[in-house]
Amino acid sequence: MQRYDHGTYEYLRHHKKFPHVWCAGCGIGIVMGSLLRSVQKLELNQDDVAVVSGIGCTGRMPVYMDFNTLHTTHGRALAFATGLKLARPEMEVIVVMGDGDALAIGGNHFIHAARRNINLTAIVVNNSIYGMTGGQSSPTTPLGAMSATAPYGHIEPPFPVCELAMAAGASFVARGTVYHVTELDRLMEQAIRKRGFALLEVVSYCHTTFGRANNLQSPIQMMRLLKDNSITVQAAKKQAEQGQELPAGQIVRGILRDEDRPEYTELYDQMIEKAHGAPLPRKRAVRRGWF
Amino acid sequence: MTLSSHVRLMQGNNACALGALAAGCRFFAGYPITPSSEIAELMARELPKLGGKFIQMEDEIASIAAVIGASVGGLKAMTATSGPGFSLMQENIGYAVAAEIPCVIVNVMRTGPSTGLPTSPAQGDVMQARWGTHGDHPIIALAPASVREMFDLTVDAFNLAEKYRTPVILLADEVVGHMREKVELPDPESVPRVNRQMPGVPPEWYEPFGNPPSDVPPLAPFGEGYRYHITGLLHDPRGFPTERLDEIQPWLERLFRKIDRHLDEICKWEEDGMEDARVMVVAYGATARSARQAIKIARARYGRKVGLLRLKTLWPFPEAVVERLAEGVQRVIVAEMNLGQIALEVERVAGRRKVMRVGRADGQLVTPDEILDAIRAPQAESGPRRVAVAW
Repeated sequence: MQRYDHGTYEYLRHHKKFPHVWCAGCGIGIVMGSLLRSVQKLELNQDDVAVVSGIGCTGRMPVYMDFNTLHTTHGRALAFATGLKLARPEMEVIVVMGDGDALAIGGNHFIHAARRNINLTAIVVNNSIYGMTGGQSSPTTPLGAMSATAPYGHIEPPFPVCELAMAAGASFVARGTVYHVTELDRLMEQAIRKRGFALLEVVSYCHTTFGRANNLQSPIQMMRLLKDNSITVQAAKKQAEQGQELPAGQIVRGILRDEDRPEYTELYDQMIEKAHGAPLPRKRAVRRGWF
Repeated sequence: MTLSSHVRLMQGNNACALGALAAGCRFFAGYPITPSSEIAELMARELPKLGGKFIQMEDEIASIAAVIGASVGGLKAMTATSGPGFSLMQENIGYAVAAEIPCVIVNVMRTGPSTGLPTSPAQGDVMQARWGTHGDHPIIALAPASVREMFDLTVDAFNLAEKYRTPVILLADEVVGHMREKVELPDPESVPRVNRQMPGVPPEWYEPFGNPPSDVPPLAPFGEGYRYHITGLLHDPRGFPTERLDEIQPWLERLFRKIDRHLDEICKWEEDGMEDARVMVVAYGATARSARQAIKIARARYGRKVGLLRLKTLWPFPEAVVERLAEGVQRVIVAEMNLGQIALEVERVAGRRKVMRVGRADGQLVTPDEILDAIRAPQAESGPRRVAVAW
């Protein structure tokens, strides 16, 4: 029998970099698998793919994958990726971040990359917690949940990741979970293919830290939560048409926005053309004899 | 129309931007801050004409990040800022040091700490340039003293960055950045350009952080078939994170060695009247202009044998020349627009007893008179004598 992941074997730096750092049962590996299958399905040349990440459990993802990989500082992955994309517009630049990385320390870069609509694929693995540092509250920790820094329950409301990206101007926004893997593969492919800023929120979990603090120690329990508490966009729409309200905490999966709007690197190329063709401004003496 | 036929009036910041373009800079990311904004403005206008890219980022942290990203993509890249923005950039400057990504950071210094005196001149970021980012690391920092030097040292900054795979800081001050003076710039084509070394081996043999005889491993841009990993974690020759003691220490030693072995090329300075000098004034940047005037007056009017050592390279600190010259004089006066930063280094090398500091940090240029007072002051009995400046 052919192994399901056989084809993605060549995309891994398996001789050098395994075993990985993630806990047994972690969802991040599922996201990585999905990313590799999508790259394979889209038949992208490995040399043309760059994966950029920040710091945290998700930030460790690129090192295992045989692409051009850039493991940057905490929160700054999108800013590094913006520079790389401008230098190499022909490359497929995929940015993987955790929720703390993307939305707390990197929140400013997140909204501005979306606003610019630069052709990056941003994957936010949302496990609602800072896993690597030991389970502290993150910007997506649910209200009332326990964490290492919220021993009496979290009193801050969480960021709605997709809504934030849409409000900031992302042209593609989708949400999947690590339980619905086939669907995740499909969303990932579309996010990578999209010309413009594409955000894919992947709802994951951290049974070791979040689970331990909230009586959900087993990854199976956490998976079951994803299964039972999520609904597709289509089903949610139908329910809304029938006048039913979505229960609180329901995860809506699928494509939430897919629009075509001017992409930053394309606009930049047009600007270069314009600047080349324009007569030299004669305002300042600095100009004379130069370029 | 060639450039050399034009003598013109130009601002230091503009000369810096033109120097960058002449050196081959094709990427600029920045965030507005006085007194450096003119550099960004000129780059925004000129880069697209050359097919280069300018982007105004959301803050200085993002600016330096984008610069490093673009450099990874193969472009010569630069950002420009002032004190507050320079503080924000520190973490990623450390990243560029550790990942050995060439880039140029221009800091047109203004008075601090904090928002300080926008935008009066200062030279208060000298130690921040050296030790601003965390951990042990080497760094190169250059200090221009004229509009022409804003051009020349920017070119040097790019060439050193590319040659040694390191961030280079151009520590200008507000006076030099905003000053307009007569300047004759070289033909852009005649400017020496150093490009980073590309690997000459097939991808499977490529070690982006290896240990070649030159101590500077070649750097392949992303997208050229050399797939490798770059990280701010301490890494092995292939770029993968490591905690092995036999890999970490040699790597760190190589980082220092690649700079230390080439001090002759990196350290630049200018001597003026040092042949018969009994008192040496050490200065850099705009303060060196006051110092030059002071020694001129001291010699002409008071017959004092005074010389000037003007540092163009602040880091790595040019110990050898300071030591050599300090041995031949009775006193050393260090003039700078801070309360003693490079003076600490001079004291370390020349001995505390010899060194007198002239400094102010009130947003005013150190005047020739203040330096002259120090030259004429009787030698202190013991310990460093500080010339108090009224403010």
